[in-house]
Amino acid sequence: MKIAIIDYGAGNVKSVQFALNRLGFEGILSADPAFILNADKVIFPGVGAANAAMKKLRESGLDQIIPILKQPVLGICLGMQLLCNYSEEGNTDGLGIFDVAVKKFPADNKIPQMGWNTIHNLKSPLFDGISENEYVYLVHSFYAEKIENTIATTKYGLDYASALQKDNFFGVQFHPEKSGKTGEKILGNFLKIEL
Amino acid sequence: MITKRIIPCLDIKDGRTVKGVNFLDLRDAGNPVELAYAYSENGADELVFLDISATEEKRKTLADLVKEVAREINIPFTVGGGISSIQDVELLLKNGADKVSINSSAVKNPQLISDLAKTFGSQCVVVAIDAKEINGLWKVHLVGGKLPTELDLFDWANEACNLGAGEILFTSMDNDGTKNGFANDALRQLSETVNVPIIASGGAGKISDFRDAFTIGKADAALAASVFHFGEIKIRDLKKELAQNNIAIRL
Repeated sequence: MKIAIIDYGAGNVKSVQFALNRLGFEGILSADPAFILNADKVIFPGVGAANAAMKKLRESGLDQIIPILKQPVLGICLGMQLLCNYSEEGNTDGLGIFDVAVKKFPADNKIPQMGWNTIHNLKSPLFDGISENEYVYLVHSFYAEKIENTIATTKYGLDYASALQKDNFFGVQFHPEKSGKTGEKILGNFLKIEL
Repeated sequence: MITKRIIPCLDIKDGRTVKGVNFLDLRDAGNPVELAYAYSENGADELVFLDISATEEKRKTLADLVKEVAREINIPFTVGGGISSIQDVELLLKNGADKVSINSSAVKNPQLISDLAKTFGSQCVVVAIDAKEINGLWKVHLVGGKLPTELDLFDWANEACNLGAGEILFTSMDNDGTKNGFANDALRQLSETVNVPIIASGGAGKISDFRDAFTIGKADAALAASVFHFGEIKIRDLKKELAQNNIAIRL
């Protein structure tokens, strides 16, 4: 299986690569549209700020490639947020796959949310074998509101979408590569998805 | 619900774990990778590696170590010790660290905090503060606690957060090594002063100390070294008991 990890200089991709290795796969870092278009699976990682990341995607032309991908795509953390319409973080327009705005957590909770929290209302093959209330690791200050495409929710003061799916596009707010055995299973499930 | 985190801290010198470890069935207790893996399998929520190597050259081994740890473990980890530039951080994050912890270098050059936050995001910038209560005031100390400053703990924490720190790791030097519990009053004040997560450090001796750090001290995470390394407290037992005390914990 050819797994492309989109390389646009955004954050901690080594952990994603190592997590794939532990599952017996190899993820190839690439910014090459031809390679990404032909991969069996595409992982869209990201940490850091939304505006800086979108700028990098536009500079490399990857903002035009990601929306036309037909194979299973998994956006992780900021990667998921960039698949949304818009983010309040730096007033950033996203790639528009998920028709939802990404907003900042209200200040009545500590920001960022950092640590282990539970996932609920699971509905996707991404969560095969995963129980309600299992723990995943999250680090974020902005969240996606619940919409029709929500496949998991998490509560941090308010209920929000901790995972989204539309057609071949999957997005998880948490870090499966850092979420222990639960995360590894979710990553493994993604690799098994056939459209 | 977000859970409170339990964080073992590993001191690293020249690529090896310094403090003895005698509870886990390890072939090589000085091997940080093996120890990190054992902790991740035994319920640790996160790990902190603190490099106390004396020389710059020896520290280079840290980057290789980080890569080996990231290869083996599937929970987040923070690396600290001697970090003073964007380049230092870039190398560690590239090798798979999730966060870095800066201490003295941030006091000497506060702009480092904002530079790191802008470049890599606040989520990976932990500002570690060692402080000691002197005449009723908590004063920041540098160089592993050896050098006192006039800086006030709460003022400095506040400034660090304004500059972009994503988390504060507060070590009470008064409590460190005493095993008499964390500095809960200072912790609570800190937690009410800044709006980022607080990691409590210094003073862990028994399970109820962790409970108090979370309930009285309002800490978001608690860090300890020797009670875990010497098996005085098993992380699974600790977490079970915290859960029985209605503290949100990942079991």
